Amino acid sequence: MSFTSLGPIAEDGVRLPLCSFKVPAGFPSPAADHIEKEISLDELLGIRAPHVYLVRIDGDSMQGGGIFSGDLAVVDRAIEAGHGHVVVALLNNDPVCKRLCLRGKSVILQSENPKYPDRYVLEGDEFSVWGVVTYTVRSHGH
Amino acid sequence: MATKPDPVFALIDCNSFYASCERVFRPDLAKVPIVVLSNNDGCVIARSYDAKPHVKMGEPYFQIKHRLEQLGIVAFSSNYALYGDMSERVMSLIESMLPAVEVYSIDESFADLTGIADATAMGRALRSRILQCAGIPVGVGIAHTKTLAKLANHTAKRLQAHTGGVVNLCGDHERDWVLRNTAVSEVWGVGRRMTAHLESMGIRTAMDLAKADPWSLRKKFSLVIEKTARELSGTSCLALDEPDPPKQEICCSRMFGKRLTELAPIKEAVATYMMRASEKLRAQKSYCKKIRVSIRTGMFNPDEAKYAKGVVVTLPYPTDDVRLLTKAAVDALEHVFQPGFRYSKAEVLLLDLRQPGEFSDDLFAVNQPAEASRVMAVLDAINDRWGRGTLRAASVPGNPDWGMKRELMSQSYTTRVDQLWRVSCE
Repeated sequence: MSFTSLGPIAEDGVRLPLCSFKVPAGFPSPAADHIEKEISLDELLGIRAPHVYLVRIDGDSMQGGGIFSGDLAVVDRAIEAGHGHVVVALLNNDPVCKRLCLRGKSVILQSENPKYPDRYVLEGDEFSVWGVVTYTVRSHGH
Repeated sequence: MATKPDPVFALIDCNSFYASCERVFRPDLAKVPIVVLSNNDGCVIARSYDAKPHVKMGEPYFQIKHRLEQLGIVAFSSNYALYGDMSERVMSLIESMLPAVEVYSIDESFADLTGIADATAMGRALRSRILQCAGIPVGVGIAHTKTLAKLANHTAKRLQAHTGGVVNLCGDHERDWVLRNTAVSEVWGVGRRMTAHLESMGIRTAMDLAKADPWSLRKKFSLVIEKTARELSGTSCLALDEPDPPKQEICCSRMFGKRLTELAPIKEAVATYMMRASEKLRAQKSYCKKIRVSIRTGMFNPDEAKYAKGVVVTLPYPTDDVRLLTKAAVDALEHVFQPGFRYSKAEVLLLDLRQPGEFSDDLFAVNQPAEASRVMAVLDAINDRWGRGTLRAASVPGNPDWGMKRELMSQSYTTRVDQLWRVSCE
């Protein structure tokens, strides 16, 4: 597995100045001209936007898509849901997380776990999309 | 020659805001009537539309509990963490679409639509974006003055089905129709007493007030009602965003979750209220020279002995130091507490507030030590970052048994990571 180091991570919700260290009086830091803004997870995940919500995943039906029970999901309500999006939908008033599949006139909620069959949205069902899942966050132990 | 365009204001107001917030995370209650209760689950302070015919505002919960159950109305304790967060979301969404917004209260804001070609279309766009992104239905009233925008909003709500929640009164025809069909008591800023005065002068509708002579209204009553009349007739007198001046006194008073008879828990309550009051004091960057502490028993139960007393304490110097304020408040409590009563409420009031620079540093006067201000800055920074009450005076308990009764509270879905909305993957 290869990975790319992204550099320091800014703390939650706090905007750090571009250059926060004390410049030594004698010899200017050669790095001072190259300081970039630090990376913020809040910004990356967009969780400070008014239309973005955090929810907790309950169940294993999306495991194949890398979404596990207990994960945090970042849900964006400003995105227009389309075919292939992982969505939080309200199916007969129950909030569910599934992959949205639009085939012809059919709306299908797909799981990513062979244990769970596709769920076709039927005429008598009450159905709406609550938001689109943009990221999930999982703790690895501890 | 180019003329300045007439100003256009919008009032964006959330429908049954508290109930709507509860419904965002309880889709099963979309068609179930909801009421929200005051602190301590005392009385009804908010109702969804479908609950309004059955429940009056202010009705005591214990009296209507049974009726609510029979009618299938669901009651909630007030969840201000949720309502506050959802309010911020709604206001941010409005600010993302319009340059000048004045947040007027937790569930309404004024915005400047001057120069926007199709104000009604903007109103509809606001409505649909807020509904999609926050799940909160809003009404939008549009007009040339703030008072008329408020009236337009009122009409949008009253005639929801006809208007789609957006009413534009910039045209004379629409404006006059609404003015004729609105009682003067419904006009923004006209209270019950003013209504009685106006009606005795034959001013019954908003139109009557719009046509009344503003000068004689001013002479007879006040500048406020004169402005209201001018605004109704289409002359803008109230600008967007006139910031409130700093408050002249700060109050924190709450009912206890149960009756208290001992001094010790009342001291805890007073210390807790003082912590909150001093936070407000520092937030508006004031200092206070006097405090008033008062306690009282319940006043309605005929079987209980009644008692109420307060005392004013003058502090050695104007201060915002919670340690000094708490000590003064708790000491003062000794002077008003009488054993043998069942106390229901305490109040702390910060008085004689001053802005820095308003009190002169005379050479021999004692001032708040600089290090106290630094300690307070650290205290506020810590609580700002890790949540209110993280760092507090030792006299303030974390989870007091006299605290507010909130037995029907929903989760803090958006502000507590341990209470997030659970979405099923099954």
